[in-house]
Amino acid sequence: MSDEFKVSMKVNGKIYECSVEPRMLLSDFIRHELGLTGTHVGCEHGVCGTCTILFDGMPTRSCLMFAVQANGHEITTIEGLGTMDDLHPLQKAFQEKHAVQCGYCTPGFLMTLVPFVEKNTSPSDEEIREAIGGNLCRCTGYENIVEAVKLASEMMHPGK
Amino acid sequence: MERKYIGKPIKRIEDPRLLTGQALFTDDVHLHGMLHAAFLRSDYAHARIKSIDISEALKLPGVVAIYTAEDFGDYWHVGPLQVPPPIAIPGAKFHAKGLPPIAKDKVRFSGEPLVVVVAINRYIAEDAAGEIIVDMEPLDVVTDLEKAWEDTSVLVHEDIGTNMAALVKQEKGNFADAAAQADVVIKRKFYVDRGASGAMENRGLIASWDNRTQNMTIWTNNQAPIPLRNTCAANLGLSDSQVHVITAFTGGGFGPKIMTSQADDVLLPWISMKLCKPVKWIEDRRENFLATTSERDQIHYCEIALTKEGKILGFSDIFYHNTGAYDPYGMTIPLNTMTHTMGSYFVPNFYTEVRMVFTNTMVVSPVRGAGRMYGNYVMERMIDAAAREMKIDLVELRRRNLIQPDAFPFRTGITGQDFVENVLDSGNYPETVRKAAEMIGYEKFVKEEQPKLRAQGKKVGIGFVTFVEGTGVGPYEGAKVTVENSGKVNVATGISTQGQGHYTSFAQIVSEQLSVEPKDVRVTTGDTDQFDWGAGTFASRGMTVAGTAIHLAAVAVRKKILKLASKVLETPEDELEIEGGVVRVADLPGKSISLGNLASRSNPTRGVVEPGVEPGLEATAYYGPPYGATGQGAVAMILEVDPETFEVKIQRFVLVHDAGTVINPMIVEGQIMGGVQMGIGNAFYEELAYDEYGQLQNASLMDYLIPAATEMPPKMELGHVVSPSPLNPLGLKGVGEAGAIPTPACFHQAIENALENKIEITSSPMSPSRLFALTRK
Amino acid sequence: MKPAPFAYFAPTNVQEALDRLNQLGYDGKVLAGGQSLIPAMNFRMARPAALVDLNGVSELFYIKPAPQGGYLIGTMTRDVTVENHPEIKNKFNALNQAFYTWAHPQIRNRGTFGGALAHADPAGQLPGVAKALEFRMKISSKATGERWVDAKDFFAGPFTTVIDPSEMLTEVYMPDLGPHTGTSYQQVARTHGSQFQVAVVVKVVLDSGNRCQKANIAMLAVGEQPLLAEQASKLLAGQPLNDQNIDAAAHLVATKEIDPGTDIHATEQYRRHVAEVLVRRALKEALADAMQRGG
Repeated sequence: MSDEFKVSMKVNGKIYECSVEPRMLLSDFIRHELGLTGTHVGCEHGVCGTCTILFDGMPTRSCLMFAVQANGHEITTIEGLGTMDDLHPLQKAFQEKHAVQCGYCTPGFLMTLVPFVEKNTSPSDEEIREAIGGNLCRCTGYENIVEAVKLASEMMHPGK
Repeated sequence: MERKYIGKPIKRIEDPRLLTGQALFTDDVHLHGMLHAAFLRSDYAHARIKSIDISEALKLPGVVAIYTAEDFGDYWHVGPLQVPPPIAIPGAKFHAKGLPPIAKDKVRFSGEPLVVVVAINRYIAEDAAGEIIVDMEPLDVVTDLEKAWEDTSVLVHEDIGTNMAALVKQEKGNFADAAAQADVVIKRKFYVDRGASGAMENRGLIASWDNRTQNMTIWTNNQAPIPLRNTCAANLGLSDSQVHVITAFTGGGFGPKIMTSQADDVLLPWISMKLCKPVKWIEDRRENFLATTSERDQIHYCEIALTKEGKILGFSDIFYHNTGAYDPYGMTIPLNTMTHTMGSYFVPNFYTEVRMVFTNTMVVSPVRGAGRMYGNYVMERMIDAAAREMKIDLVELRRRNLIQPDAFPFRTGITGQDFVENVLDSGNYPETVRKAAEMIGYEKFVKEEQPKLRAQGKKVGIGFVTFVEGTGVGPYEGAKVTVENSGKVNVATGISTQGQGHYTSFAQIVSEQLSVEPKDVRVTTGDTDQFDWGAGTFASRGMTVAGTAIHLAAVAVRKKILKLASKVLETPEDELEIEGGVVRVADLPGKSISLGNLASRSNPTRGVVEPGVEPGLEATAYYGPPYGATGQGAVAMILEVDPETFEVKIQRFVLVHDAGTVINPMIVEGQIMGGVQMGIGNAFYEELAYDEYGQLQNASLMDYLIPAATEMPPKMELGHVVSPSPLNPLGLKGVGEAGAIPTPACFHQAIENALENKIEITSSPMSPSRLFALTRK
Repeated sequence: MKPAPFAYFAPTNVQEALDRLNQLGYDGKVLAGGQSLIPAMNFRMARPAALVDLNGVSELFYIKPAPQGGYLIGTMTRDVTVENHPEIKNKFNALNQAFYTWAHPQIRNRGTFGGALAHADPAGQLPGVAKALEFRMKISSKATGERWVDAKDFFAGPFTTVIDPSEMLTEVYMPDLGPHTGTSYQQVARTHGSQFQVAVVVKVVLDSGNRCQKANIAMLAVGEQPLLAEQASKLLAGQPLNDQNIDAAAHLVATKEIDPGTDIHATEQYRRHVAEVLVRRALKEALADAMQRGG
């Protein structure tokens, strides 16, 4: 079998030090070793986007990385975005616009969108659909998600 | 009547938990000592199993146990049918072939499980599965429906000597007579295929037997937790009360999660008992495509008979339905096809015949729409063929045949999936049609805009179809409503939830009766220890059937509240009102008692409770409809076809829907829009591509194309008409499948219109390549 | 869908990486972005014995101007970095358009420019862009040092390049377009970001009379590997790029120069038909791009 590697990474601002087998997928590591089950797994081949996290600030598919590759890097998962008492504007907007149904794809969408809404003050529908083109949802038909992103943008960049 | 909670777009109570990643889904559950299962599955679609050698696999460190069918001994059994055979329909022929949990002696579809591996983690379990050597003798494969029906040289089930799974015929009136009298008779053959449910969360189950308490706990994302519990208890010789099924949050259901006889449902509890350890199995996406049920192909031979004024005199439909290698789900899908073919139209003479066929492909069970889409597709396409031939406007021809508002309740003469005659309970079909045509601007588009666009060489077309949606079928559901000492309310019902917002919409129903804010109404679904009588979430029945039971229970609790409060406040009941969690005397706000206080009083720890009075402020109620409530609507879309590449872009999309009384309009619209996404997928993108060897060629999301936000229309414009159902006190009808049913027919009609009827589409799904081929015919 | 076990190495500089690859020989496989390799490993379709992870080799992440014009791009440069480079964005129309259709943003955040070329996926956009725009690849190894290979000689078949085991791609040279040069990328794919059925990349160089001096027409997914339509190029050389000539070239490509197959998404006939349409559109757009850029 494979040797174990020591890894140290910052997840949601906290340093974790663990030992992992190289083939352990980052998605499994986050969910089962760190117990952060908010990041979900839908396909393990990089299409559905439910496993999307921020890796060094960039939306990245955690099912297409090995945990060992995160050594020395910084990860933000959905648990680092907001809490039930203190929702991020994106989370508030998603609830406001009914952009969540089963909620399984939601963390992936939110993490994909965090840098997008930070950068885009007034995105068009087309730009939003482009940005979420790599996230699949089977429940909402995407429309309310697009509306939620526009609302979140307004909330984060008032008056623009 | 002005309602405070019902009809309001209240934000969902469950959202903050889902939005922050704090909701528990099945794979999130970790139990001490938990083991992990993986399946070795057959690549062959049809083969005899000669031997299975697990010796190398057992040597891998971390492997705990490996089981083949033989290792289960007498426990191995072919699952009972989940849906009874159609004996209610005279002359019905049916061969029951339940699903084996794991293949024994023979495999009949590619992906059928052969071996269960249990290890300390999933990685090792998959390694071990890769070390198992299976010796199989491949057999000829049958996948073509018509060939399978006629030709007995390749049999999926040798013991019955045929590939006929069922033959059911139903008739209303006499089609042959109608055809003889008609001015126009048109015939067509249609090939209609659908696809996978594509829920973002795959199936999963954790079985945990605790030998010390002799109890089995199962965490799962099943749509039918109570039947699962009952089957599991029966299988293992346990009392129902020893098995506790908990449905965690579920990442989409759409049908296939209703199966309770698959390998994990049946085998994992046994394995857990054997090993005295919790065992978890989480399906991966490849397995989901290969071995989770889906809807697939039907072939229809249709005839429509009309007068020269375009009045439909009769319709005949002989169709083949693919049930896959087994038929655990009975005839639900084709019966739905039968009851949805006549749709919104008055068809005085109707003949329908289904030839259900076994093939060497994965089992077919309902996927959002559950067979309704095929019936809708063939009728709407036949009307289009008639409109084309008779040169009558597409919308006008439909209008001429709509069932009128004064015709309800309208008996269709056809028996449906609930084994009773399908009766249309209420509706205003001309109004949904009128509204949809108005919203899309049908007249203006056809008369002014389209000619201009065509002059510019643009291929822009419009589609317009109607649909019905049978919902809210029996047998029944139940609910328990309890006011607690805190003043908050607890609701428990047996169905489970897959994203439909039950935690909020059910709370709204209770809030309306008890005047407690929805956020203080705690709803539990799908936990068999909290409520264990019911059938499950399917056929768009959650709100209509369970919602009604909840309403009835809340009404009963309200009665108890007023009766007890009347005593406590020494005031007649009719002078009392419930407002803001408090019972008070109208006009005397000082004289009041909180619901919480009242609840305490109703459950004393000492003293006397009057005979005939139940303790607490709690009631349980059940509701079973005499037949399902039927929703209806109309869909219109405008799209553009690139005349060189045949790519399609939707420009506008309108759907007008009548689902009776709406509890939460925001949730209803969300359901419709989600269904439309699947309908668009079924029309132009999704297809489970089996080759002639029964091999699934696209068992991944790379090649099974689920529409993303970029494939959807720029905006889905939704309209509503409300024709309450007379079948339940709130006037409810279901809505979950509405978007998926009519969209493919509309999509294809619009393409034909865009290409100026130079092609005729008689199969689904379409694609740019298929459109190209049609233009070259 | 979990990958099979493998040995893992994470070098921190190029020399270390080359040493390791030399040591591993046939057993070693480079892990770059992983956006193509890891899905294949999760399906257990790929089972490398050892991975040499280059993500820690910071010296391979760069875009710098080349002394002779154009850009030198380190093999590990993320796709998104190239995509967002303001100068590259402005100049290379075809690359811009290719990025737009290229999988999804999350994939481009992690995937690498060099990886996309070294992987040689017949379903990939970049090999076609490389051939049409005449990229050059620098291949390094411990044993033999460095060698440069032109894009047209780099691809050897589906998922196969001329990179030997123990070698790795370290740099890509993207030459400047030069005056009067335009590019275009056209494709049809059933959904946005998914596998295309046919793609075309064109580079057109005009002479002083606005006639076609040279046309590179790269065709994707219509043969075993990306191919340059040489006959059509010859046909157009020295000719004005009017409708008639463009139509003739497109027709030639579609009927004589490609060998498309049939799969679940499209038939051979459709691919041939669409190839003609796309070559026509690409030539027209590249011409317009060239005219706009002027000299």
